[in-house]
Parts: sequence; structure tokens; C-alpha cells
Amino acid sequence: MSTALGWLAAVGLAAGLVMGFGVAPREVTQGNVQRIMYLHVPAVWVAYLAFAVGVAGSIAYLAGRRPGADRLAHAACEVGTVFLGVNIATGAIWGKPTWGTWWTWDARLTSVAVVFVMFVAYLLLRQAIEDRERAARYAAVLSIVAALNIPLVHFSVYWWRTLHQPPSLLKPGSSTMPPEIVAALLVNFAALALLGAYFVTRRARLLAAEEEALA
Amino acid sequence: MAWKDLLVERRSKETLNALLFFSLALLFVFQFALGPDRERLAAVLPGLLWLGFILSGVLGLGRSFLVERENDCWEGLLLTPGDKSAIYLGKLAGSLALMLVVEALVLALFVLFFNVDLGPALPGLALVIVLGTLGVAAVGTLFAAMTAQVRARELLFPVLLLPVLVPVLLGTVQVTEALLLRESLAGVAHWLKLLVAADVVYLTIGLLTFDVILEG
Repeated sequence: MSTALGWLAAVGLAAGLVMGFGVAPREVTQGNVQRIMYLHVPAVWVAYLAFAVGVAGSIAYLAGRRPGADRLAHAACEVGTVFLGVNIATGAIWGKPTWGTWWTWDARLTSVAVVFVMFVAYLLLRQAIEDRERAARYAAVLSIVAALNIPLVHFSVYWWRTLHQPPSLLKPGSSTMPPEIVAALLVNFAALALLGAYFVTRRARLLAAEEEALA
Repeated sequence: MAWKDLLVERRSKETLNALLFFSLALLFVFQFALGPDRERLAAVLPGLLWLGFILSGVLGLGRSFLVERENDCWEGLLLTPGDKSAIYLGKLAGSLALMLVVEALVLALFVLFFNVDLGPALPGLALVIVLGTLGVAAVGTLFAAMTAQVRARELLFPVLLLPVLVPVLLGTVQVTEALLLRESLAGVAHWLKLLVAADVVYLTIGLLTFDVILEG
């Protein structure tokens, strides 16, 4: 199943490139720079999807104590962190030419950064515990805290920025997006989701092999 | 449980004294880092105050389960019959009481050193300090129990705790700022609601998952 997912992801990524560079029109004000959106936006969607899977896996682990659920949670949170990293990096690359700065403490950027740091802490915790069963339990609790904290982070950061200054964020194409752009976004989302699923299955298998080797 | 911790603390005064002097040292560091300019200091005062509270809280909370480990009481905790959430609440109450005492004294020191006039802001300030400290202590107790058994725990504990506390820090600083500017609490009601929501969320997770942490 994993190999099939890999090939599907490869085909999807090729289709995503065609959509992003070929079919989608050149944006009027920003020019070709805007095309980074086809990686930037789907990456954050896939990251949050992966975190949702990770938290579901964590809860399933705490309920049933099956090691498979923990491996799924571990793999999904790790892949989610990578995709969120891609989102932040591409955002910075996009921000430099359009806003003139790599980083600004805007509400969305800040909340994504806080979520990123929370899940990096999750990975650090996993790494620090040798006993596999204990690592699984603690990490599951931490991922639940992190997940429930996301709405709190979101609201607090939003109020923090927007009560002081109106949102100065340019949101390219958000009002009236041409159908080609929407299609390119969705194709790329599907491709990245497949890629994420492929990574998760590979990572989970690697974790299983690691456990077997260490047992 | 809380009673035992507070009793130990009262007898030894170990943590309390250390935390107080840590906070005092922080005050000096803040002062030297920012220079003598009063205007600038006044503008960042709420942030500094909460930074001090949270840093001393991190130190104090980090100790709360180490005491059990150092004195070989961890197994005793694990074997305690009945609901483990009672241990959580006990530890939480003990840490909360300790943090509130430290914070009250630090606040007094702030008034003294930075020449702030709290006056009518005091009741509101007490409210936000209790709400904020409860949130910090609720997640902090949970994470302290987790990291007590982990390698590099002094490092890992703040790494886990600080990002989770971002909403609490933002909320408390905003409310404190409004209070120091003599604004009414109505203007920051949404922040107070956020703090209450954070407290409820953290307490609920702590109560529900503490069993899982103390399994072994």
C-alpha cells in the first residue's frame, strides 16, 4: 500500500506542477512570485491534517494501548511538523518580495509559529525518553494538550495583533479567486496529502522496525 | 497532599527563599538590561512582571516532583490507592499557593523598585494574577510530573511548558497593561474569558490524564 501511495503522490506532484505553473494564470499584481502559494497553502493544510491524525492516534493509544496507534501518532506528528516547517519557510520566501520582510508578527504567522514550536517540543520529549511505552504515554498526553491549546493560541494571537492594528496582510486572490487558481490549489493539496500519507506510512514502518531491532 | 507539601515547604523554606532571591535577581537583570529610562520601563512593565512570574513559576514547578524523587517517594505516589487525580490536585494546590506567595512579594518589590502606583488597580490585578497563575500551575504540574522521570529534565520542562503558555502570557499581560493604565476591566473582558477558558481546559486535561502519567 505504501508503494502505491508513493507513486500516486509522485503523479500528483507532477500534476500539481503542471497546474501551478501551466494552467493557473500569472497573478496580476505579484507576478510569478504568487505561484509559491501552491506549495505554501496546501502544506499548512496537510500539516494540520497530520496533527489531527496524530492526536486521534494518541487518543486511540491511550484508550486501547496498541503500539500501532502510537507509531501512527508519532509518525503523523513528525510529518506534520515537517510540512508546517515547509509552510513557514515558503511563507518567508514569499513574504520577502511581496511584503518586503521575511517575517512579521502578524496573527497568522505567530500562531503557526507557536504551533510549530509546540510540536517540536513533542518530538524532543519523545527523543528524551528511552522507555518506549512511557514515551508513548507522555507524548500522547502532550499532543492532546497541544491540540486543545491550538484554539487558545489562535484566539489570543488574533486579538493580540488585531486590536492594536488593522490587519495589514495582503491576501492575494482571497476575494475572487479564478477557478484555475482554486483548481491548482486543490490538485496540489491532494498531491501533498498523498505525499504526507506516504511519509507517515513509511515512518510508521521504520518505527516498527526500530522497535523490533531494539527489542 | 497539598498540606504535606506546604508543611515541608514551611519547615524548610528551601524553595520559597531560593525563588524569592531568583526573582530579586531577575528584577536587577531587567533594570540593567533596560537602562534607567523610566518611560521605557513603564511601557514594558506588565511584560516584565509576567516574565518574572512565569520564570520563577517554571523553577518552582520543576521542583515539585523532584522532591518526591530525591526522597524516594515516587513509588509511594504510584502505589497510593484511589484516584490519582487527587495527587494532581494536591500538587497543583501546593504549587499554586507557593507561586502566589512569591508573586505577591515580587509585586511588592516591583512597586518598590520601579516606583509604580498600583492603588485602585489592586483588586483587578489580584484577579488576573490568580487566573493566570492557575493556568500556569495547571499545565506546569502535569508537565513537571512528566519530565521528572526524563533525562535532561531541567531543559525539557521549560521547552514543553513555555510554548503552551503563550495564550496565558498574552492574556495576562494585556489585562495587566489595561489595569496599570487605569482602564476598566470591561474593555479586556474577552481576555479574562480566554484566561478562564485556558484554566478550565488545562485543569480538565490534567485531571483526566494524570493517571496515565503516574502509571510507572
